[in-house]
Amino acid sequence: MALSTERFGRYNPDKPMENRNTDLGPRHFWQYFPPIIQKNYGKWKYHEILEPGVLVHVSETGDKVFTVRCGGCRFMTVEHVREICEIADKYCDGYVRFTTRNNIEFMVDSPEKLEALKKDLMSRKHVSGSYKFPIGGTGAGLTNIVHTQGYLHCHTPATDASSMVKAVLDELFEYFQGMTFPAQVRISMACCLNMCGAVHCSDIALLGYHRKPPVIDHEVIEAMCEIPLVIAACPTGAISPAKTEDGKKTVKIKQDRCMFCGNCYTMCLAVPLADKEGDGVTILAGGKVSNRIHPPKFSKVVVPYLPNNFPRYPEVCETVKKILEAYAADANKYERIGDWAERIGWEKFFEKCDLPFTEHLIDDYRLAYDTYRTSTLFKYTEAAWEVSKAAGGV
Amino acid sequence: MAFEPKEPQKELKYEELRIYTDEELNNYTEEELKNFKIKHDIPDVEELEKGPWPSFVADAKREALHRQKLPEDRMMIARECVEDLLGQLQLSFDDGETHWKHGGIVGVFGYGGGVIGRYSDVPEKFPSIAHFHTLRVNQPASKFYNSDYLRTICDLWEFRGSGLMNMHGSTGDIIFLGTFTEQLEPIFYELTHVLQQDLGGSGSNLRTPSCCIGRARCEWACFDTQDMCYELTHYYQDELHRPAFPYKFKFKFDGCPNCCVASIARADMSFIGTWRDEIRIDQEAVQAYINGEIPPNAGAHAGKDWGKFDIQKEVIDLCPTKCMWMEDGKLMIDNKECTRCMHCINVMPQALRPGTDTGVSILFGAKAPILEGAQMSMLTIPFMKVEPPYDNVKELIEKVWDWWMEEGRNRERLGELIQRYGVPKFLEVIEVPPMPQMVKEPRSNPYIFWKEEDVPGGWQRDIKDYRARHKR
Repeated sequence: MALSTERFGRYNPDKPMENRNTDLGPRHFWQYFPPIIQKNYGKWKYHEILEPGVLVHVSETGDKVFTVRCGGCRFMTVEHVREICEIADKYCDGYVRFTTRNNIEFMVDSPEKLEALKKDLMSRKHVSGSYKFPIGGTGAGLTNIVHTQGYLHCHTPATDASSMVKAVLDELFEYFQGMTFPAQVRISMACCLNMCGAVHCSDIALLGYHRKPPVIDHEVIEAMCEIPLVIAACPTGAISPAKTEDGKKTVKIKQDRCMFCGNCYTMCLAVPLADKEGDGVTILAGGKVSNRIHPPKFSKVVVPYLPNNFPRYPEVCETVKKILEAYAADANKYERIGDWAERIGWEKFFEKCDLPFTEHLIDDYRLAYDTYRTSTLFKYTEAAWEVSKAAGGV
Repeated sequence: MAFEPKEPQKELKYEELRIYTDEELNNYTEEELKNFKIKHDIPDVEELEKGPWPSFVADAKREALHRQKLPEDRMMIARECVEDLLGQLQLSFDDGETHWKHGGIVGVFGYGGGVIGRYSDVPEKFPSIAHFHTLRVNQPASKFYNSDYLRTICDLWEFRGSGLMNMHGSTGDIIFLGTFTEQLEPIFYELTHVLQQDLGGSGSNLRTPSCCIGRARCEWACFDTQDMCYELTHYYQDELHRPAFPYKFKFKFDGCPNCCVASIARADMSFIGTWRDEIRIDQEAVQAYINGEIPPNAGAHAGKDWGKFDIQKEVIDLCPTKCMWMEDGKLMIDNKECTRCMHCINVMPQALRPGTDTGVSILFGAKAPILEGAQMSMLTIPFMKVEPPYDNVKELIEKVWDWWMEEGRNRERLGELIQRYGVPKFLEVIEVPPMPQMVKEPRSNPYIFWKEEDVPGGWQRDIKDYRARHKR
């Protein structure tokens, strides 16, 4: 049965419930494994990274599978997917896979095919010059940045996603193609703190954030929203019921209690937060999900705000680069950014990364006390002397 | 050990299913693409065509040109939709604000998820993206494909939608980005009838489960992540398509504690592979690492000269429990002290391997920051054997869901409910005793919620009795 080319396909709008197929679930994975993967399923013995972006996995059967990992845009067109298919058909018997971090992996079973595949991939460029399939993203390097929809498809973003990721990865391209860091670096990007991308446990997280409280559309709020739900949506209790001058039900907002989470807007379209001057980027650092050596950790806010300087976000690129360069120069082998910051102390992190420490970085939300330093164990940095000076101590 | 899907699935052959001819697929030249100008002026967007990283703008322009040159009747939504999307992106850059309207309830009959409504708030400027709805398509476990499948969905999506997609969304689905309401049912019908392929989850549903690459190409997978992901996705289709929960619920399956799908940060119920016997050691390979014959960490640090590999410094001293040592030239591990962090195995994959008596640790409650702050999953079940049909896991899942559906408030994630009621209540619900492994440390305040039955004589007392001993 070929795909239909009728306007409504085989669907009959007059009898919508006729012959429905539901609850089929995903297709079964086994049919999409290349034969070498089927044959060696569960029998893999070890792997090695032969060069950045190229892995070999060796099976107990003696079989080897070579993988070439390429950076991909999460946002891609059918034209691009068809080109992926063309490559897969040419070198990989038609098989290909995508990674959790939006990379594309082509697998072959011989070193000869591997060389031809690599050459082909690196030769493919868009007409404007960017690579279509850059090889890299393995080992102690930078891999692809996972991200959210941004202005391309989302109704709540505080910044754009695809453009920021493109700008940052252009800036850090050599790190994607190299393995010169002390450990792997995972950057993630979410365009508001709903965090579809769950960036909160990343070595570096780029997070879109609003800074102006909602503006209230009094004319429609009663008709368009459930006011009690809007009030209940606020985690700080900043929203309360109110009446307009002409007696319509609405809400009022204690603006100094707003921490700009946007949860009210998720519940109600009449309280938008987005604003050109208000919105920008927060940078968090030092998180991870792996259990290796140290437990998984949350990322910590290290830069409270940078402007949305479209389309290249120079301030964001520069800050990320600064953190990565300080980390690469100073961390021990196997240390993730968070491990490094904890070993040297966060005061040293700010000093070495040349980042200002402002009051925004001290927690004053829930569980803030857990982050207070309740000891005399600290290192002297310029910031410490500033405090001593201000207090008349030196 | 081949698997059989529950329902037999016919193989998809692109040649039998295709919509477009080769001529239609190759309908523009490189030269035309170089000279192609879209209908809107988009200087900032076009700036993103430069630089080495793959440009999504350059890619989008390919699709825009391809649509320009397809015959009108070979697309069911307007050919300019890609151009309008890029135009709206430029307008968003100019305004510093998104131009998508808030929400919009659309879907396919009988499902409460899988489709997300999206409308432009400037439809007069960008009419072909006035509607721009998303469909989530449930990906095959660990995202392996063949070109027949991919080419078929490309034809379907270019014919009935924008031709723009995400490979993949954050949760793991294939995302079809942008179509009109009219085409939602036809797309669903074609997907389910021609491709035997269902939608994924959205809203207050079970979200599309996802897993790591597992046994397909990793030596560390302690359980069959793909099989378990597939089985639970199929078993809970009703929960995935029809919203009955207080809020979203996510399963993720990580084959080992390296956590490549970040289940511990993202899943309400995180399954993480582990073992309960001993790390397998190949002492000859250990020597080969010491002698510098095998690069440490599978060559991950090859880009920089870190000096000669030092097993003491790089493995033994970094072991978080200090349970390793060298004895008579052999690497020794006190496995009962090991917390299975994977560091030594990651550093020497040819010498050390996880044990063979494997299963999962189950953790509960991870979520992103909305509202009370981000949470990671809490270790709850230290070890569970997992074999098809996973009845022990299903039993546990259903205890958790029953409680959450009963007690959870609107938009309350499981992790928040556990915090609100306290872990002891949660343990009562899932019928397991407490263990010290569930916490980093015991509580430091003594505010214990003793229960009446804990205390001899109960709580009913007579004040007269008390006063008989104590004057006022």
